[in-house]
Amino acid sequence: MTTSGAHSWLLAALLLVPLLGAVVVTALRGNDHTAKLAALAFSVAEFVLAIVSWVNFQPGGDRLQQGFSLTWIPSFGVHISFAVDGIALVMIAVIGLLVPLVIGAGWVDKLPEGRTKGGFFALILLEQALTVGVFAATDVFLFYVLFEIMLIPMYFLIGSYGGARRQYAAVKFFLYSFLGGLIMLASVIGCYSMAVDELGAGTFDWAKLVQVVHDAPLSTQIWLFFGFFIAFAVKAPLVPLHTWLPDATAEAPIGVAVLLVGILDKVGTFGFLRYLLPMFPDASKELAPLVLVLAVAGVVYGSLLATGQRDMKRFLAYVSIAHFGFIALGIFSFSSQSLTGSVTYMVNHSIATGMLILVVGMVIARGGGSTRVADYGGMAKLTPLLGGVLLIAGLSTLSLPGTNSFVSEFLVLIGSFPNAPVYTTIATVGMIFAALYVLWLYQRIMQGPLRGDALLPGVPSAETPGTDGSGAVLTAQAATGTKKIVDLDTREKLVLAPLILLVVGLGLYPKPVLDTVTPTVDATMCQAALVDPVQPAERQVQCR
Amino acid sequence: MSVISSVLLLAQEQPAAPPTQVEAPSVTAIWPILIVLGAACVSVLLEALLPRHLRWSSQVVLSLLTIAGAGLALVIYLKDAPVKGEVVLNGTLVVDRPGLFLWGTLLALSLGAVLLIADRSVEPGGAFVASAAIRPGTIQDRAQVASTGMQTEVFPLTLFALGGMMTFCVANDLLTMFVALEVLSLPLYLMCGLARRRRLLSQEAAVKYFLLGAFASAFFLYGVALLYGYSGSVRMSDIASAAAGSDRSDTLLFAGMGLLVVGLLFKASVGPFHTWTPDVYQGAPTPVTAFMGACTKVAAFGGILRVLQVAFQSTQWEWRGVLWGVAIVSMVIGAVLGLTQTDVKRMIAYSSVAHAGFLLIGAIALTQKGLSGTLFYLLTYGFTTLAAFGVISLVRDSSGEATHLSQWAGLAKRSPLLAGVFTFLLLALAGIPLTSGFVGKFVVFEAALSDGMGPLVVIALIASAVAAFFYLRVIVLMYFSEPAADGPTVTVPGAFTTAAITLGVLVTLLLGVAPAFALDWAGSGAFAIQ
Repeated sequence: MTTSGAHSWLLAALLLVPLLGAVVVTALRGNDHTAKLAALAFSVAEFVLAIVSWVNFQPGGDRLQQGFSLTWIPSFGVHISFAVDGIALVMIAVIGLLVPLVIGAGWVDKLPEGRTKGGFFALILLEQALTVGVFAATDVFLFYVLFEIMLIPMYFLIGSYGGARRQYAAVKFFLYSFLGGLIMLASVIGCYSMAVDELGAGTFDWAKLVQVVHDAPLSTQIWLFFGFFIAFAVKAPLVPLHTWLPDATAEAPIGVAVLLVGILDKVGTFGFLRYLLPMFPDASKELAPLVLVLAVAGVVYGSLLATGQRDMKRFLAYVSIAHFGFIALGIFSFSSQSLTGSVTYMVNHSIATGMLILVVGMVIARGGGSTRVADYGGMAKLTPLLGGVLLIAGLSTLSLPGTNSFVSEFLVLIGSFPNAPVYTTIATVGMIFAALYVLWLYQRIMQGPLRGDALLPGVPSAETPGTDGSGAVLTAQAATGTKKIVDLDTREKLVLAPLILLVVGLGLYPKPVLDTVTPTVDATMCQAALVDPVQPAERQVQCR
Repeated sequence: MSVISSVLLLAQEQPAAPPTQVEAPSVTAIWPILIVLGAACVSVLLEALLPRHLRWSSQVVLSLLTIAGAGLALVIYLKDAPVKGEVVLNGTLVVDRPGLFLWGTLLALSLGAVLLIADRSVEPGGAFVASAAIRPGTIQDRAQVASTGMQTEVFPLTLFALGGMMTFCVANDLLTMFVALEVLSLPLYLMCGLARRRRLLSQEAAVKYFLLGAFASAFFLYGVALLYGYSGSVRMSDIASAAAGSDRSDTLLFAGMGLLVVGLLFKASVGPFHTWTPDVYQGAPTPVTAFMGACTKVAAFGGILRVLQVAFQSTQWEWRGVLWGVAIVSMVIGAVLGLTQTDVKRMIAYSSVAHAGFLLIGAIALTQKGLSGTLFYLLTYGFTTLAAFGVISLVRDSSGEATHLSQWAGLAKRSPLLAGVFTFLLLALAGIPLTSGFVGKFVVFEAALSDGMGPLVVIALIASAVAAFFYLRVIVLMYFSEPAADGPTVTVPGAFTTAAITLGVLVTLLLGVAPAFALDWAGSGAFAIQ
């Protein structure tokens, strides 16, 4: 085993702790309560490790830190090597943050018959270990392996614990991603063959492959680019490869939807940055207009469909599709501002959308599982706190200044404008729509007179004369006596508090994230031989 | 038979092959074959001499000892085997590195298959009929259902088939190859018809396999005759040198090669020569299907590899396009028709057709990488298939095996272990990383890509994705569906079947996680051309 840089044990621990957690929780699954506590303990430990790893990360140091490497298949030059750069590190921290919250949010959820909480949380921990591995892998073969394996726990999470059409959603999710991955495999093998030709011995080491591939002729680069691009475009769903996401999000349990949108999909945009730009710089520049068209189409299409959605979970999926459009726009606009914007967008989207999904999940849980927007209305009268957090999550989603998302969206737009003015202008339409769909959703669910089948079963909706507010609530509840809708309890407050803090905190003081990712973004720019269109005087980047 | 004898005659008349190394026949190299074939003869004698109640136990012991002994002989020989290979028995057999790898694979796989065949716990008395001579549906037949005896002739038949397969892999001339082909096929035809349950289906499968197999043999033989006409020799190296530098008519060469390869592709169940596969896989007793699915595939592709690499290397630019087409057809047939199957055994049969397409891609990459990749793929595929059929034999209802897919619904609730194992095997067949199936696909596709077959690799990857759908469907059924009220039960297997399944699963996992040693072995040498 060879290590590169100090603290490689941290990364090993980050990979092993959730894996160990999955094993332990599986073993304890007979007893729901112990299993839940064990899962929470392991996920919190993982979060602490992620923070320690962040503290020990030197933004000004080497590109890849805390790494280690083991030989795996010598005849193909395959190694088990992991290391983190700034982007991977913040993503791992976000995973570390979201998993305990997801476990907390799913603490009392009802599972389908015959399933145990232990099994559910064990799969989540396994998924966490694999996603950490995907972000930290520095061997392309290993990356591919984890990229595909990652599908399996998610497949079972959706298929075993999801809603009514879960089988369909799980299979669709799996096949889309698997096909994308296989096409990527062709490119991975192609890169390997080039390494064999140039170096004499094959290697999958990311840094070496970048050296080998990034001088390849344009036509070769374009083929290899497409292999990776399709896989990543499926993951970070870009229109038109997005159709699995609404189904998967709609059928997945809430916590799994958070992981899916908040973490798994980020592997796609992470792949754009880690693999496409450095390995295929010429092809990336050549094909940037194509990607930008897809990105902007995603922004517009996602926004329109989100506005028209009647189902809350599908709404969340379309919101994400619009946001992934923004991220792709920033990445393929090739300026350090837009790239930094996209990376922070990845973080902030996980936090903001993750929170939105959790809050919507709490709304749905109170409405007896109904996901139709029309089944709710005037809910803030019963649950003022829930209404408040929905508003906060929503405002962050629409990038209100002062919230975390504003920083990243602003950076993306301002950074993209010099290189891609037309696309950026069209994408700003997405911001307007964001205000529309978020506020409209909030209004329909929380404001107005109390109404809807989910809240008032058996009572006809708003048109009925006499239902004009709180009076009706009391009478309706007294009359039916079947439903008691309570506001946030302590557990839910604990789950949401860190997210609210981050939404506001990173909105006002985004420096920690920016400082961590900027050197990596600069390095990526250098690898791809990109030059800033507008070079701020105080930032002279030295390519190392 | 007259065809065979005339060709044999023809072989005797052939001008003495190039100055052959007439030396003391080196037997050490072929001990494994001698052990297997010798034991097969002993096994026939046991069948004739022993009283009925002793036969099963002695046959099992003999078969297992034989395979172990042959394996031991192989290991001993491996230590000082020449890397370039060794020609034995006056040039009829050539024991080289790929041949030894194939022997090892065949012996290991047949160990698992014999364990499945010998099992009597899953089905009381074993999967084989007590007396095959009784006609199905008669009063005597109904009477024998209760008996727990079995037709123990299946053991010598297995050993003969195994001996034939091993010879087939190392045959140095086409005539030896043909004889080996018959030695391996004839026992298999018989074994297919010996099922205890659903006897008519089983006998139909046997007849179908026999008739189509006889056709394929005829094709093969006709091809040999034409090639003899072309080159004046049945030796592969002679055909190669004749093809490399001569102005003789290419028609004979390519007609002969075409017919020869059709015969081989039939045995390997490569589409469009696969039509027997689903029916035979479904009808044959499951242990025999496992043996066929794993070992026949290995032997047939061993033969294809040798014929293509040794005899037709120099003419590859003429025929490669055709085999591209065959590989594509095979992958498409396997993947698409597999989607429509409702029977687990038929589904695996179509999956084997798709896999044959992948294997063919490796086989037509005539490089060292292509050879080692295909050999490795055969190893991985064999063990996964073996274990999969082992698992299939455990899911039963009152009328025998419950192979209809609808009966597998909700199986994970009844038997999480079985569902987990089968899921793992299906994922391996689909080629998910950390299973041997992925590494196999990877090495084959890598070899193909570096030999300039990019488009074929892309088609293969898409076919893999399509095929993944029907594997997933079974997983969905087992895990996400509600079990039927009168569904099948999962038999707790006895030691033999457990051992066979464990062997298959462990190898599938091991070759997925740590494939280095097997890759090294598969790539340790090329075919000997002499």
